[in-house]
Amino acid sequence: MEIAAQPAETQEESVNYLNVNHTVKSWLLTLDHKRIGILYLLSISLFFLIGGIYASLIRLELVTPRGDLLTPEMYNRVFTMHGVIMIFFFLIPSIPATLGNFLLPLMLGAKDVAFPRLNLLSWYIFIIGGAMMMYTLVSGGIDTGWTFYPPYSSIYSNSQVTLAGVSIFITGFSSILTGLNFMVTIHTMRAPGLTWFRMPLFLWGMYSTSLIQILGTPVIAITVLALAFERTLQIGIFDPKLGGDPVLFQHMFWFYSHPAVYIMVIPGMGVISEIIASMTRKAIFGYHFVAFSSLAIAVFGFLVWGHHMFTSSQSMYQGLVFSLITYAVAIPSAIKTFNWVATIYKGSVSYDTPMIYALAFLGLFTIGGMTGLFLAAMGLDIHLHDTYFVVAHFHYVMVGGQIIAYLGGLHFWWPKMTGRMYSEIWGRISAVIIFLGFNLTFFPQFVLGYLGMPRRYHAYVPEFQTLHVLSSAGASILALGFLMPGIYLTASLFFGKKAEANPWQAYGLEWQTASPPPLENFTYDPVVTHEAYDFDSVKEIQEAREKVAVTA
Amino acid sequence: MSAHSEHHVVPVKVYLAIFGALMVGTALTVFVAQFNFGVLNVLIALTVACIKATLVILFFMHVAYSSRLTKVVIGAGIFWFAILIFMTITDYRVRQDWHVGLGSLEKPAAEQPAAPQPSGSGH
Amino acid sequence: MSEHAEHVPGLAHHFVSMEQQKEAGTVGMWVFLVTELMFFGGLFLVYTIFRSTYPLGFEYGSFLLNMPLGLTNTIVLILSSLTMAMGVHSAQTNKQGALQMYLIVTLLLCLVFLGIKTVEYRSKLHDHLFPAYTTYNPAIKEAEPNNHHAVPQALKSEVRTFLWIYFLMTGLHAFHMIVGAGMLVGLIWMARKGKFNDVYNSPIEIGGLYWHFVDIVWIFLFPLLYLSGYHLNVGH
Repeated sequence: MEIAAQPAETQEESVNYLNVNHTVKSWLLTLDHKRIGILYLLSISLFFLIGGIYASLIRLELVTPRGDLLTPEMYNRVFTMHGVIMIFFFLIPSIPATLGNFLLPLMLGAKDVAFPRLNLLSWYIFIIGGAMMMYTLVSGGIDTGWTFYPPYSSIYSNSQVTLAGVSIFITGFSSILTGLNFMVTIHTMRAPGLTWFRMPLFLWGMYSTSLIQILGTPVIAITVLALAFERTLQIGIFDPKLGGDPVLFQHMFWFYSHPAVYIMVIPGMGVISEIIASMTRKAIFGYHFVAFSSLAIAVFGFLVWGHHMFTSSQSMYQGLVFSLITYAVAIPSAIKTFNWVATIYKGSVSYDTPMIYALAFLGLFTIGGMTGLFLAAMGLDIHLHDTYFVVAHFHYVMVGGQIIAYLGGLHFWWPKMTGRMYSEIWGRISAVIIFLGFNLTFFPQFVLGYLGMPRRYHAYVPEFQTLHVLSSAGASILALGFLMPGIYLTASLFFGKKAEANPWQAYGLEWQTASPPPLENFTYDPVVTHEAYDFDSVKEIQEAREKVAVTA
Repeated sequence: MSAHSEHHVVPVKVYLAIFGALMVGTALTVFVAQFNFGVLNVLIALTVACIKATLVILFFMHVAYSSRLTKVVIGAGIFWFAILIFMTITDYRVRQDWHVGLGSLEKPAAEQPAAPQPSGSGH
Repeated sequence: MSEHAEHVPGLAHHFVSMEQQKEAGTVGMWVFLVTELMFFGGLFLVYTIFRSTYPLGFEYGSFLLNMPLGLTNTIVLILSSLTMAMGVHSAQTNKQGALQMYLIVTLLLCLVFLGIKTVEYRSKLHDHLFPAYTTYNPAIKEAEPNNHHAVPQALKSEVRTFLWIYFLMTGLHAFHMIVGAGMLVGLIWMARKGKFNDVYNSPIEIGGLYWHFVDIVWIFLFPLLYLSGYHLNVGH
């Protein structure tokens, strides 16, 4: 990166996006992608807390074999609300809408995303959808499971299915707008010299994610809309009594909801690529393969949805095809994992907090991915379908993959976002606590599921109690681990020492501007002259920039 | 982002010719729909509709003169739409108990089940 | 680079050049249209599945629709697409009067379409063909053999499925028309203030893309919904 044109003010008296003004109105009407990222960060943290409370209730209930804490009806509502809030209101927006919003224009060397107004609109849509979901929650919740399968959801359920459906319909548009904005921004607003194959791998991840958001989300939108009509007007599309087909719902639902799993995990993979490269001071091994594997996952991810339907009346021949393609999706994920490991090999690794998260991700995601292959095998899936094995599998991918990566990314870019350093020692301690608590929570569930414990049951046979108690104990450790970053990160805002522009000596345009960044991201017009992850050039670039700043 | 795609103005003649073609297409579809060709009816109607849609996309929407990126975006959209339709419909077509299909168009009404039956009723 | 860009009217601050802004707008609209395609795509999937499950129900259901009105609407919509395209042409060649005229004609054609749609919906309601549980009560063919709106008893439920798909698809399409009408009002207002010329006209062009997309959806809806049972009519 070199300086093409004149710099503006010097770093000392810097006006940045945080201190430019402090009114509530300036935040609520902001068009700045960085502030919108912060707004998203605050809102999804709230939803994570609510979803977490539901998770605690589930684990508390399952300490004893008899359902003595919650009634069966209440338990159904609790696990459904846990799933709906965590998936639609935390996991899907987590990395794209917070880190993505904040970093994407910075990494591209652009002043903002292509459509700042749509960006703000997407947050408001998210808040409206979230408010409706909150209302659903206090007015009785839903008890269908997050999958909303008819005919239970369309006829028999006595809960707020219509309201929840409309809420998800609305929230979907926020996701679509984010994806649209990112895709157009990456295509049209890259800085001079920033070719596709010089882009940070995080951006490849964001691009692949946007692809899924754009192409998948409309289908779930129309599906839940049809479900809402089905419930209110009995239209007979999904209800077999009226000539409809419930399996059609499953097809339409999973056409989005399987790729949605990749909306959750691909951004996490992007974050891990950034962290591993910076913390080992090496270019990612096989950059092109890692970049294209993101795209490959996004594309193949759309061809595998039927593996959720092996035990429905889906044709078994079609099931074979879905099973085969599901195995194929494991290939790009494996490429990524192997390349990360190859990058770490003989690198000069520094075990800062983000790196601990990245290493945790590697292990946990591998377990999550490998157990996915068990479930992709049609015969084995008959045994494991709807057991705790499935629950453990997707928590290993979602929590062990996505949330770990999200936390790693949050720690990695926290100095950039806030201009403050957090307490490194607390960061490391909490990362280790989360890793241990997570494994204690979910590993016993693999065993439980294999032994035949069905998911979504609120009582169970006494033999399973030991494993369930282990899992609940792990959950309390995990909860502690999740609370800690909330505390020390908040504290860092007040007591943390000021962060430099590039605290990790990392490569990338986002580190070539002040922390926190100024209003329009850069005080100069960035030009990219090096390949991605060219760590040898970091010093040289910085010196060149300072020289120009001084002469001006 | 080259300058020539920026300022390309499609001549009015082209617009009128496309409009004429769309009208002819509409007339053709309605004319063919009078006859009962069985499955062919749908195929003909969809073929004509696809041609009409292509004309609108290429000329009214200027895609014939647009950047490659626009073309890729459209191609991707159509491809994913095809995945949705194709992967779902193949499931229905290869189910063993799913016998009520396109081929039964000519069957008289009496042979149809009186009560509606779910297509995915399982075994 | 960014300094001289500040003076161009209509250029947002975060873009480097007019070309970049225009490219972003066009690609953005196309990406949006792709999401629209997938949105309607779900309904087209529903249509495909049920049409192949209930072929006769769909023929009879289609036979109940008013084909001449559907055809009129097709022509109206294609005509409006032409006037919209001519509007874009007028903007590109800086003909202010023609631009306003074409936009207004497009809006009028849109209103004609929606008017005809309302007439159709009302007649369905009147014939007890709106397929909600409480309102659906079609005349039965066996009882009234000469009734044009009668449905064979065996197909009553299948026809109901068809009618639902008809109302969902045309309703969603009509909703897009209403949004389009609002967009046209905005464009006319901006055009009257003389905002568009041969340099800055991307709102017109992007609005045109949306309008043509709505037209394309109808190009598919018309034969799929109105014509699949048309041959039954000729047999009478």
